[in-house]
Amino acid sequence: MSSGEKYLWAAYLVLFAAVLLYVVLIALKVGRIERELADLARIARERAEGPRG
Amino acid sequence: MSTSLRNNGAALLSLVAAALLVAGLALAIFWAPEDADQGISQKIFYVHVPIALTAYAAFFWAAWKALRLLWKGGERYDLESYTAVHMGVIFGVLTLITGSIWAKISWGHWWVWSERQLTLFLILFLFYSAYFMLRYSTDPGPRRARTSAVYALFGVVLIPVSFMAIRLAEGLIHPVVFKRDGPDMDGTMFLTFCVCFLGMLTLAGGLYLLELSGKRVDASLRELRERLA
Repeated sequence: MSSGEKYLWAAYLVLFAAVLLYVVLIALKVGRIERELADLARIARERAEGPRG
Repeated sequence: MSTSLRNNGAALLSLVAAALLVAGLALAIFWAPEDADQGISQKIFYVHVPIALTAYAAFFWAAWKALRLLWKGGERYDLESYTAVHMGVIFGVLTLITGSIWAKISWGHWWVWSERQLTLFLILFLFYSAYFMLRYSTDPGPRRARTSAVYALFGVVLIPVSFMAIRLAEGLIHPVVFKRDGPDMDGTMFLTFCVCFLGMLTLAGGLYLLELSGKRVDASLRELRERLA
């Protein structure tokens, strides 16, 4: 592989890596939102049930 | 636009972007001819230039939304402008990285400070990067929205300056492809470029809608948490 080809693939790889990184970040964000929603749902459920005892 | 519609739009745009980018890069590698001077490394053009033009488009979009905020008001324009700046900065980073790779193989240097096009793009990128510092140094609310909008609007002035720099510069080494009498390349190269550019624009559009959706969900969650606290 010539050095020109190496640089060409490096440039294309940068784009691919950026998209991949973005997908990973979005996946992490969705995971965080899921956890927060579960937390809020628990709080709402506890409120609806009222104080015990 | 509802969240589900926006998400469907993001999914559709992402699929179209994936198809266009795969087709564009395949055309660039297997169909478009090699440049007589630069050889195969010139094919970096098919990613670098569409990415750079997409960054400009995102900054323009941010300024347009900022203008609408200042003109008509409305919280949604603040979030849309902010998301567009976010996209512009991401594509700006990619422009600088792919440009540096191309510069290294073509000029033998990763960066050339004497090139006005490069330094003006860097200034534009740093200007919009500072947007986040401004935004997060003030409390959320209408004042922050207006200040951010004015800043995003000011930045748009740098875009035509940055774009025109290579046409105004003397003794340049940065190539000028798009001239007054049309693109300086043959038909196959131009078609390949158009497919790649369209792919990059749809990718940015899909990511923009996805990011916007995420930011709106975050805001709703914050509000819900405050109400339940």
